[in-house]
Parts: sequence; structure tokens; C-alpha cells
Amino acid sequence: MSRLDPLLAFLAAVAAIGSLLLPIGFNAQLPVVSWTNVAHLAYCAVVVGAVGVCRMRIPAWLSGIAALGGAVLVLSWLDQFDAAGDGFWLLLTSMWFMAWAFAQRLSTDPGAARKGVIGMLVPLAFGATILVAWEAGVRGGNVPLVIMPAPSVIWARIVANTAMLWADFQQTFLKAVLAGYILGNLAGLLIAIAVDRSPFLKRGLLPIGNFVSALPLVGIAPIMVMWFGFDWPSKAAVVVLMTFFPMLVNAVAGLNTSGAMERDLMRSYASGYWSTLFKLRLPAAAPFIFNALKINSTLALIGAIVAEFFGTPIVGMGFRISTAVGRMDIDLVWAEIAVSAVAGSVFYGVVALTERAVTFWHPSIRAGKT
Amino acid sequence: MRSGFGNSVVPVLTMVAALIVIWYGAAIWLNSPVILDRLSREGITPDFFGLVLRTWSYNRPIMPAPHQVAIDLYNSTLTLAPSNKRSLIYHAWITLSATLLGFVMGTVLGVALAIFIVHNRAADRSLMPWIIASQTVPILAVAPVIVVLFFNLLTGQNLIAQALRLNAEGAQLVSKGVISMYLSFFPVVVGMVKGLRSPELIQIDLMRTYSASSFQTLRLLRLPAAVPFLFASMKVGVAASLVGAIVAELPTGAQSGIGAKLLIGSYNGQTIQIWSALILASILAGILVAIVGLVERASVRVMGARP
Repeated sequence: MSRLDPLLAFLAAVAAIGSLLLPIGFNAQLPVVSWTNVAHLAYCAVVVGAVGVCRMRIPAWLSGIAALGGAVLVLSWLDQFDAAGDGFWLLLTSMWFMAWAFAQRLSTDPGAARKGVIGMLVPLAFGATILVAWEAGVRGGNVPLVIMPAPSVIWARIVANTAMLWADFQQTFLKAVLAGYILGNLAGLLIAIAVDRSPFLKRGLLPIGNFVSALPLVGIAPIMVMWFGFDWPSKAAVVVLMTFFPMLVNAVAGLNTSGAMERDLMRSYASGYWSTLFKLRLPAAAPFIFNALKINSTLALIGAIVAEFFGTPIVGMGFRISTAVGRMDIDLVWAEIAVSAVAGSVFYGVVALTERAVTFWHPSIRAGKT
Repeated sequence: MRSGFGNSVVPVLTMVAALIVIWYGAAIWLNSPVILDRLSREGITPDFFGLVLRTWSYNRPIMPAPHQVAIDLYNSTLTLAPSNKRSLIYHAWITLSATLLGFVMGTVLGVALAIFIVHNRAADRSLMPWIIASQTVPILAVAPVIVVLFFNLLTGQNLIAQALRLNAEGAQLVSKGVISMYLSFFPVVVGMVKGLRSPELIQIDLMRTYSASSFQTLRLLRLPAAVPFLFASMKVGVAASLVGAIVAELPTGAQSGIGAKLLIGSYNGQTIQIWSALILASILAGILVAIVGLVERASVRVMGARP
């Protein structure tokens, strides 16, 4: 229970009343009023009623339903006027405060926070609220397409151009990113294992690796395009270079984590270098290796797309983005951004899930399951 | 810390020397086919040394030799006036200004978000997953687009543009800075949230027994405790901002800046220029990280830490 709860509820109610009184929008300069709309009246009644009955401490289920209803109402209003009026923005604000009150209530409630599904509900609700606000803001405020298209427009573009987006995805992700990611990480890991045997090499390479990890390595892209040609191998080469150093640095650090006690135990079992490596040191290094894999999952996608700016065959996400920007075809650009965002998040998610499965023994994972 | 650094000077220098040797070797290996091809057309069969020397001094090499890059870097920085458009210093300054603007915006945003997240559980639970997800989006890859969008936003007919009244150059700068901000706010948020939560319960309880307000707790306990975390994050953030500024300059009409230099070099096949721009970018990254490190040391000393 926090002090913010009543304030949010109060503001939501005030904004709801305001949205009734002020014109919701304009059709050819004529104001559109909302007090003839049953759904709008119902929303205001629910919000004001809830604030009154619950003395501003609205239970989560009620504020959740109110926020959801408000979102539907906001979206349904969009088709009914040319330009939004102050009432519309107040309605959006009211819905935003309701959603916030919902999140506030859920996350300060100690019982709810622990349950998995409800724990997911808060960030999901936040994401949905952002989407609704984006849609309403862009369409209600008549923001030009060049600056920012509405989510629904982007979605329509994705649906209309699935085949093209899929071809781009194949070229960039399935060929360049995956090939480069696997090669780069494998090379980094193998070199780390090789370097690990020599303290001299380790001391020499680690600072360099750390330094190179901070460098703008993407800049190597034009050179790689010159060396390996326009097709995907040049992009894979950029990805290899970008993923190599984070993996090297992390794997070397990880191989050193196993303690002296554990190594002594292995020695007392008469275990040789290789069996110590596979049975003790690599598993102990797994959290570090996965850390690098996670960092690299984003880097790989970035490297491949940026490399495509320097020359591609006529397919690929980077190619599509740079040509679509040139033609001011902004909704296509956003469709590609959406695809790359989903691809990046899913890629990251897959690596993170694999990590949970492989390093189930690590305290940071065990702590997650109570 | 210092003794560890001293221990690694010799190995690092050895490694750097080895890399330079490998670089020279790669220059021979990669350039020799082109050179041989050209010489055979002229009907000359060179001896080995002649070939090696030619691969190291070819003016449009596939792989330039280190000294060629060093000479080009010297010529394009120290021999030209910084205001000259051919000077790399000029381009570096353009990129650096966007980097610094973005870095400052990102750090401020990051610290503000972290303070908000630490004080509001709803913000923690709803923002934090999205902040992490925001970094799995390859925004850097679409940075040039975002730059164009912001440029349109800042120069178009709308409230924001009218409020800020930027000229084209300023709008370009700010829109590049936005990318740097996006990349640098993340490490700062994550580090600061950790840092602001780093005081132990017993210390926070002590503040409560003094009846300190949450603002006083923030100012007197949480912020000082978070300083080391802040600097660690800022080192990551400043490097990320430089990368962001360079990529933001890539395909979309930027005429100056290190990124534009890379692009122009790649269109004209000027490999030496690409390499010297890359080396300069690396030097810049090193300097920026070192400056943050120096500020860290100074501030830690002011705050009374013993080395």
C-alpha cells in the first residue's frame, strides 16, 4: 500500500470527468461530444464510482478492468473524428492513470508479486498501455506518417509484405547472423581454452580483448564487404569479429572461476587436463560463456544489419531499411524494425532459456525458483 | 590495481607487437594477388623482396600496411587545420560532440530512471523488463533511420520543432545524440539500480532511526553508495555512445563525422582512409574511457576513499 494509490485513482477520476465535459474530437471543425456515448458514460461511471466506493483504494481487479475498458474506448473513439480534442487526451490520461494504479496495486501487494503469471502481468500491462498510447497519440494527433506510423499501420504492412520480410529475415538472420554467431563464439571459446594454458598469453590478450570489446568494431563492415563480396559471407565475417572478443574475454574469465579446492579435488581423482576441463572448468565457466552468448546475440544482429548498409544483393533487412528510408517508405522501415526487434528478443530469449537449462545449479538461477 | 597493470605491460606489448607482425603478414598475403596481376600485365616478374615492398606501399591496397595507415592518420590529423573538411580532427569532433551530448543525456536519463525505479515498486516491475528488452532490439542497426525520423521531427512543422528552433546542423547533432543516449542509458540504469540498492538494510534502518526523509536517504546514503557503480556503468556507456554516434552517421546523408568518412571511403575504395578513421575511432574510445576513469579516481579521492 503506498501513498501513490489514492492520488492515481483521484487523477483518473478527474480526467474521466473532464473527458465527458470537453469535446472529444472535431469532425470538420464541428465538436464531437461524448456524453451521448453509452460506453464512455459507463467508463466514467465505473471510474468515479470505484473511487467513491473504495475510498480511492481500488482493488487491482477493478482498476485492471477499468483500464482495459478505457483502452478499448480510446481505440474505438479514434475512427469517429478527424482531429482529437482535449476530451480525448483527458480520456487517454485517465486510462493511463488507471493502468498505473493497477500496476501499483499489483506490485505493492506482496502475495501477488510472487506468483508467476501475475508477475508477468505488470510488464505486459505496461507494454500494452504504451501501444495504446502510441496508437492514440499518433492517430489522434494526426502525426505525419514520415515521423511515426501507428502500430496498426505497421502491423498492416507486416501482414501485407510477409513474403518479402521473410526473405529478408532469411538472408540476414538465418544466413549471416547464425553462421557468424556460431563461428565467432566457437572461435572465441576455442582460443580462450588455448590461451588459458599460458599465463603470459592470458595477461597479454585480456587487456587487448577488453579494449577491443569497447571499440566501434562495426566500422570494420566496409572492409569486410570489400574482402568477401556483397553476399552474406561478408556480413557473417563482421558478426564473427564482433562476437569473438566478448566471448574470448568472458570465457577466459570463466575458466578461472573454479576454485583451488575443486581443482585439487580433481587432481586427487588423478584427473588429467582434459577431463578437468570438461568436467569442472567448462561447466564452472558456463555462466560466463552464456553471458557472452547473450551479449553477442544482440551484437550479431546489429553487425549483420549494419554491414548490409555497405552493399548487399537486393535482399536483406539492412538493404530494405536503407532503401526504404531513401524512398521515405517509413512504415516499411518500421515493419523491418519490428521484425528485427522480435528476432533479437526471441534470439536473446532462446539463449537465456538455454542458460537456465544448462546452468540450473547456479545460485542466480536457483534463486529464481522458490 | 597498479601492480596488476605493471605485470601485464610486457605481455600486452608483446601481443601488440605480434599483432603488428601479423598485420604486415596479412598485408603481403592479401595484396600480393593484385600486385602480381598488375605486374604480370606489365611483364615484370618481381623477386620476393620487390613483391613484399610493393604490397606494403600499394596506394589502393586491399589491406593497407600499418605504416601506411599511420602516415595517413598523421597527414589527415596533424598537418591540416582542424577546420579543414579533409581533416580527420574535424570529422572526429563532429562525432565526438554527438557522442558527448548523447552520453550526458543517457547518463542523466539513466540516473533519473534508476532513482524512480528504486523508489517505486510499480515502476520497478513494469519498467525494468522493458528496459532489458529494449537492449535486445538491434536499435543500433536501425540507428540511421531513427536519426532521419528525429531529424524530420526536429525540423518539421510541430510543437517540438517550434519549441527548440534548431537549425539543420543542431537537429542533426541532436538526432545522432538520441542514438547515443539510447545505447548509453541502459548500462547506467542497470548499474545505478544496483548501486542505489547497495546500502545494507542496517544502514537504511539507521537512516530511518534518524527520521531521514526518503530524499535525505537518497542524497546522503544511496547516491554516495552508488558512485562506484555509476562510474563502472559510465565506462561502458561512453564506449557504447561512441559506437552509436558513428553508426548513426552511416547511410543517411551525413556528410561529416567518422561514420560518414567510413561510408565515403568504402564507396571510393579508399581502404587506407577507412583504416585510419577506424584507428582514430579506437583512439577516441580509449581516450573517452580513460577520461571517465580519471574522473572516477578524482571523485573517489574527494569522497575520502583510501587507495
